[in-house]
Amino acid sequence: MSGYILKRLALAAAVILTVLVILFSLLRLVPGNPVTIALGPQATPAAIAHYSAKMNLDQPVWVQFATYARNVVTGDLGEDIFTGRKVAIIVGEQIGYSLMLMVAAMGWAIVLGIPLGCLAAVRPNTWLDRITGVLSVGTIAIPSFLMAIWALLILSVQLRWLPAMGAGEAGDYGDQALHLILPAFAVGLGWVGYLARMVRASMLEVLGEPFIRSARAFGLTPQRVIFSYALPVAILPTITLIGMGFGGLISSAVFAEVIFARPGVGKLIYDSVQARNFPIVQGAVVVTTALYILVVLLSDLLVSWIDPRVRRVL
Amino acid sequence: MSVASSEPTLEIRSKARSARHAQLRVFLTNWQAMLGLVLVVIFFASAIFAPQIAPYDPNAMDIPARLAGPSWQHLAGTDQLGRDTLSRILHGGRVALTIAAIGVSLSLAIGLALGMLAAFGPRRLDSLLLLIFDSVRSFPTIILGLATVSLTGPSLGLVMVIVVITSIPQYARVTRTAALVLRGTDFVLAERSLGASTLRILWHHILPNVVGPLLILAAMDVPVVVSLEAGLSFLGLGVTPPTASWGTLLNEGYLVIRNSSWMVIMAGMPLVLTTIGFTFLAEGLRDILDPRMNRGR
Repeated sequence: MSGYILKRLALAAAVILTVLVILFSLLRLVPGNPVTIALGPQATPAAIAHYSAKMNLDQPVWVQFATYARNVVTGDLGEDIFTGRKVAIIVGEQIGYSLMLMVAAMGWAIVLGIPLGCLAAVRPNTWLDRITGVLSVGTIAIPSFLMAIWALLILSVQLRWLPAMGAGEAGDYGDQALHLILPAFAVGLGWVGYLARMVRASMLEVLGEPFIRSARAFGLTPQRVIFSYALPVAILPTITLIGMGFGGLISSAVFAEVIFARPGVGKLIYDSVQARNFPIVQGAVVVTTALYILVVLLSDLLVSWIDPRVRRVL
Repeated sequence: MSVASSEPTLEIRSKARSARHAQLRVFLTNWQAMLGLVLVVIFFASAIFAPQIAPYDPNAMDIPARLAGPSWQHLAGTDQLGRDTLSRILHGGRVALTIAAIGVSLSLAIGLALGMLAAFGPRRLDSLLLLIFDSVRSFPTIILGLATVSLTGPSLGLVMVIVVITSIPQYARVTRTAALVLRGTDFVLAERSLGASTLRILWHHILPNVVGPLLILAAMDVPVVVSLEAGLSFLGLGVTPPTASWGTLLNEGYLVIRNSSWMVIMAGMPLVLTTIGFTFLAEGLRDILDPRMNRGR
């Protein structure tokens, strides 16, 4: 197990190193002075001087990279070129909103999708199975950002049931929850169909296994067989899928945050791109990558903890 | 002598032909596959002939008729500058088709090569490539795309790069899996024992066997690529105004959503129809080309 964890950690380190190299070289591959490119046309001379000193442009490239990597690892993500505030603090303020959105979206998708997939597998060719089928095709046919726009149009602009913009009054949890419904619905809907489909497929496979037949032969109740014996095995590919899908979840959260004008890291990156505020973009990308790697790592470890066979694969 | 030996061949041929006829019949009687085919043909035709069939110049403004709903003059309504939405959708289809055609064929070619390399190359290279495929496939590439745009400004080339990078892993994985299975089969081993080079085996034996699944995958991938382009253009990463793309149309519609809901409805439809079309077509093709994959749903 410890060997497996070490390998996974090494992979995580490799991915984050790659992203750092990409961010680092982007700035130097674009023709022109890296400082003026990074800071954009509206930078003050003071900011340019400060940033130049920080980037060590008179040093060899590998020293520049080492400095950059050391700064990132120690939590120094640079400063906002307009206000001079620490990027780490700015990203920290926003990340909670994004996490809340992702947890809510994935949460309702799991709560609905997994039981739906189970039931569809246990009762194939019933109306429930058909609904699951239609739902999974229907939700895959509509990209999540289009779903967000249409949900905004129908539920907010036309019917006026739900607030469209922002994250709600600070401190008013009811209002915040109300503002969370629409984006979480739009981001999660595709996942309901996807999870239901995956759980249904792997459940059907598991239900044909000999150990299920044995459990039935021992006279266990059908509920017991399904929930205590079949589901834990059938759920494994789905956990990996959720971990792998976290990257996609981040992408759809970017769209949802932009469309619903909701604070969050995605909106922060989008706004900073519009304002050409590269240090914030860079810092936010690093934090998002780290978060993504952490989730993938956790889901891998969770699966290998439940299912020891996985550890031998890598 | 020659007559006698040709008889069984003829029989085998007619059997093969009737099997193909049966496949064709399965495909033609599958309403989902036919609907998919029709939608896909519309997608191609409307994009290719957009200049001929578009009722208006996509950039011609008619301010008094701005933000109109559907009418006989403007079947899909007009935008905030009075431009005809239908004409802009048709021209936007050209952007979608370009990105899909170039993006899918590029990533298919690169993925095919990498997949074969993984299957037939050294063991260590295989596990390294697998790691890279898995990491790239699940990475939130849009975020890196946004970072690039903040330095270079939006461009269609950047969208293409993002599309290709995110699509390569699935082609490579499918190729690798199929090639690994084929590598151990008797006919490949026999060929190898006759002294055939790896390149010859790849070209004559592996390639023909992976083309089918790869084409199905490509058909499935088109809507993903088209949605990705639309999404990136919606965020302002790709196509820039005044060029029409389904993404920029959705963005313009989003900005006026409180005044007129027609733009986001109309500009979203082609995305949905394209996705349904290619998905149904691909599933129909899969049913006849590869019955083994048909066990799930």
